[in-house]
Amino acid sequence: MSKYTEDDLKKELETKEYEYGFYTDIESDTFPVGLNEDIVRAISKKKEEPEWMTEWRLESFRYWQEMIEPEWANVHYKKPDFQNISYYSAPNKKPKYDSLDEVDPELLDTFNKLGISIEEQKKLAGVAVDIVMDSVSVATTFKDTLAKKGIIFCSISEAIKKHPELVKKYIGTVVPQKDNFYAALNSAVFSDGSFCYIPKGVRCPMELSTYFRINQAGTGQFERTLVVADEDSYVSYLEGCTAPMRDENQLHAAVVELIALDGAEIKYSTVQNWFPGGKDGKGGVYNFVTKRGLCEKNAKISWTQVETGSAVTWKYPSCILKGDNSIGEFYSIAVTNNYQQADTGTKMIHLGKNTKSTIISKGISAGKSQNSYRGLVQVNSRAENARNFSQCDSLLMGNKCGAHTFPYIEAKNKTAQIEHEATTSKIGEDQIFYCNQRGIDTEKAIALIVNGFSKEVLNKLPMEFAVEAQKLLEISLEGSVG
Amino acid sequence: MSLKDKLVTSYFAFEDNLADDSPIHTMRNDAIKNFEATGFPTKKDEEWKYTSLRSLLKTDYSIFPKPLDRTIEFREVKNYFLHDVDTYKIVFIDGVYSSFLSETTHDSIDVCLLSSALAKPKYKPVLEAYFNKAAKKDSLSSLNTAFAKEGAYIHIPKHKEVEKPIEIINFSTGTESAALLQPRNLVVVGENSHVQIIERHQSLSENPVFTNSVTEVFAEKRAFVDYYKIQNDVSTASLIDSTYISQERESNCRLHTFSFGGKLTRNNLNFYQKGERCNSTLNGITILEDKQHVDHNTLVHHTQPNCESHQDYKGIFDDASTGVFNGKVLVDSIAQKIDAFQQNNNILISDKATINSKPQLEIFADDVACSHGCTIGQLDEEALFYLRSRGIAQKEARALLMYAFANNVLESVKIPELKRRINKLIAEKIGVSVGFQL
Repeated sequence: MSKYTEDDLKKELETKEYEYGFYTDIESDTFPVGLNEDIVRAISKKKEEPEWMTEWRLESFRYWQEMIEPEWANVHYKKPDFQNISYYSAPNKKPKYDSLDEVDPELLDTFNKLGISIEEQKKLAGVAVDIVMDSVSVATTFKDTLAKKGIIFCSISEAIKKHPELVKKYIGTVVPQKDNFYAALNSAVFSDGSFCYIPKGVRCPMELSTYFRINQAGTGQFERTLVVADEDSYVSYLEGCTAPMRDENQLHAAVVELIALDGAEIKYSTVQNWFPGGKDGKGGVYNFVTKRGLCEKNAKISWTQVETGSAVTWKYPSCILKGDNSIGEFYSIAVTNNYQQADTGTKMIHLGKNTKSTIISKGISAGKSQNSYRGLVQVNSRAENARNFSQCDSLLMGNKCGAHTFPYIEAKNKTAQIEHEATTSKIGEDQIFYCNQRGIDTEKAIALIVNGFSKEVLNKLPMEFAVEAQKLLEISLEGSVG
Repeated sequence: MSLKDKLVTSYFAFEDNLADDSPIHTMRNDAIKNFEATGFPTKKDEEWKYTSLRSLLKTDYSIFPKPLDRTIEFREVKNYFLHDVDTYKIVFIDGVYSSFLSETTHDSIDVCLLSSALAKPKYKPVLEAYFNKAAKKDSLSSLNTAFAKEGAYIHIPKHKEVEKPIEIINFSTGTESAALLQPRNLVVVGENSHVQIIERHQSLSENPVFTNSVTEVFAEKRAFVDYYKIQNDVSTASLIDSTYISQERESNCRLHTFSFGGKLTRNNLNFYQKGERCNSTLNGITILEDKQHVDHNTLVHHTQPNCESHQDYKGIFDDASTGVFNGKVLVDSIAQKIDAFQQNNNILISDKATINSKPQLEIFADDVACSHGCTIGQLDEEALFYLRSRGIAQKEARALLMYAFANNVLESVKIPELKRRINKLIAEKIGVSVGFQL
C-alpha cells in the first residue's frame, strides 16, 4: 500500500457508498401528508396530550405560518414542500416490553446491522438506551436504576402525561416557539423525543443515550429533546443518528433544549450520520436543527458533535451563559463528502460575569462538498471578565470542495478577552514524508494525520460512545482512519 | 424628498451637461439605474450588518455644493500636507480642483485631474480601458460612477519610478449647510513602475460633510503601489471610501489606512489578484473615541496561484466608539499555493465601546495556507505594572503600551516623513507625548 496517495483516498471517499442504507419494513401508522391546524390537533390527540399542550402546539403553528424559511446559510438545496410531508409516523406494534426478547425481531435486526445491539449497549458500561425509531420510543432500559436516583428519563410524550409541571415549566424557555422557522415547525408538530430531569445534587451514574432513525418513506422527523439538570447535578447525554438510504429528500427538524441550573453540568454528545445523499448528490437528509442550552450560575454546558451525514446540515448548538461563572464549550468535527453541504457552528452568548467559552471546530471537506463554520461570540456590556477562545481548522481534500469560515465576534465590554483563530490547509506532503521516513506507510500516515487533526474533539466524546463514534466516522473516512 | 430621490432627480439635470456619445455616459446611465433599483444599503444587508447609514441619510445634503468665493491660502491648510518634503499635490476644494494649491505634472507621467482626462481625446483609450472596470456595481459605487466628474487621474507609464509621493487632498469648506462630495480617482500604474500615494479628506468647517469616494487602482505587471489613507477628519464629517485594486502578475500593492477621526467612516477595500505571484498588503490602525464609528470591510480575491496577501488591522476603542472589521479572503479553486493571512487585534478601553469583528475565509483550493486570527482584549496589567514600578506614570505607561500595540503596522510605513506625522497623530490621539521616537 505504499502507493496509497491522497488521490486514492479522495477516490475512495467519493466511491464510498452509504453502508447503513437499509429499510426496515414495519407496519407504520402514518398520517396523510400536509399540515394544518387539524393535523396539529390530531398529532396532539394521538399522543393523548393535555389541553395546554395542544394549545401550545397550535400557537407555534400560527407563528410558523407567518414565518419564512431562512436563506442566509451558505447552503443551496431545493426547499422541501411542507405540505407534502406526513407529520406523524409511529411504529404500529407498541407492546410494553419487559425484556429484549419481546422486541420485534425486525427492529432488533436493524440495530444489529447498525452494530449497536441493545445487548451490547447494556453491557457497555451501563448505557441506558432510549431508542427512538420513527418518533415513538419503543424500548427503555436501565429505568429502574435511574428511578432509584430520582432521575426521570423517558420519552417526551410520557413526560407530558406524567410530569406536566416540569415540561410546562421548561419547554420553550430556551428555544421559544417563534425562535426560528424550523423551531416553530418543530414546536407545532413534534412527534416524540426524550425528556430528562436530574434532581438536585444527583450525579447521573451512567451515560444517557438515544438513537434516532428516520425510517418510514416520506415522513419527516421532528424530535424534541428537553434536558433539565437541577442544581449541582451532572448528566452526560448521548445522541446518535443513522438513516436508511432514500432518494427522496427527508426533513429532520429537531429542537434540543438544555437547562443547567445553578452549579449543574450537562455534557451533550452527538454523532450524526443521516443519509448524506448518493455520489451524484441525489437524495439525502435535510438536517435543520435548533440546539441551545441555558447556563445558570456556575453551570456548565458542553456540546460535542461528530457530523458525518446529511445532504444539508444547518445546525448551531449554542450556549447562553446567563449565570455568573458559567462555562460553555463546543467541540465539533464536521466531515462532508460528495455533494454534502454543512453550515454549522455555535453561538456563545456571554451575559453573566466571569463566563468562559471554548470553541473547537474541525471541518474536513472532500469531493464536491461545501463545509462552513458559522459562529457567534457575543459579549454583553454587563458580562465582566468574559473569556472566549475559538479555533476553527479546515482540511481540504481536492480543489472541488470548499471550506468557509464565518465567525461573528461582538464585544461590548472592555474586560472581555476574546481570541479567535482559523486555519485552512491540506494534508501536508511534508507531514506524509515525515511519517514515511519513519516507516509509516502513506495510508497509515493519512489516517494518523486526520486522526490527529480531529483528536481534540474526539477526545471529548465519552468513552462509552467512542466505539460508535469511531464506526460512524469510518463511514466517511474509511481507509484513512485506522 | 429622501436623499435617494433627490439624487436620482438631480442626475437628469447633471446628465444634460454631459457629452452624449462617450461610452462613459452609458456607464453613468446604467449606474444611476442600478442605484435607483438598490438604494442605500441598510443593516439588512449582510455587508452592512454593523454599520447603519440611517442617521447620515437624514441630513439634506447639497449634491453640487457651490464653490467658495475666496481662495484658500496655503498657510491655512499647510498642516494637512506633508509640507516639509516635496510632493505632487492634487487638491480639491468642495469637489472643485484648486490649481493654486496643487502641483501636477504631465512630464512623462500624468498626475492630473479626472475632469481634464474626461474632456481630452488623448486620454480616451486609457479611460476606456480602465474606468469603472474594477469597481463593484454595488449601490454606493454606482452612485459615485453616475456623478463622477472630478478626482485624481494618475497614469504612470511603463518603467517609471515616480520620484516623489503624490498627495490627493479633498477639502470641504462648509459653503453649504451640508454637502455631499463624490470624488472619483483613477490610478493606472504601468509595468515595472513605482508610485507612492497619500490620500486625505479634510473638512475645514463644522458643517456636515458626507463623502462617497471611489478609487480604482490598476497595477500592471511588476508594478509597485504604496497607498496611504489618512482619515483624521472633524467629528461632523463622514466618509465612505471604496477602493478597488486590480493587480496583474508579480505586482505588489500595499494599502495602509489610518483612521483617527470622522463621525462615521466606512472603508470598502477590494483587492483582485488577476495574475500569478501577486502580493497584497492591507494594514490599518484605528484609534477612536466619543461616538465615532469605523468599519473596515476588506476583500482579497485570489484568482491565480502562488500569490500572497497579508492583512493586519489594529484597533483601540475608547468612550462609546464602535469598531467593525469585516474581512474576507476568497480563494478560487485554481488558485493553489496561496499564502493568505488575516489578523485583527482590538483593545477596548471603555465600557461603552463596541467591537464587531467578522474575519471570513472562503476557500475552494486545497493546497493553500490560509489563516486568520482575531483578538479582543485589554492592555496587559502586568506590563503596565512593570512600567509603573519603573517610575513611568500611568498615563504614559498606557500610551507606551498602545504605541507598542500599533507599532508593527506603523513600521511598514515607507515614507519617513509620513511615519513621523502618524506618530504625532497617535500621540495626540492618546493625549500624551512620550517624548521619544519609537
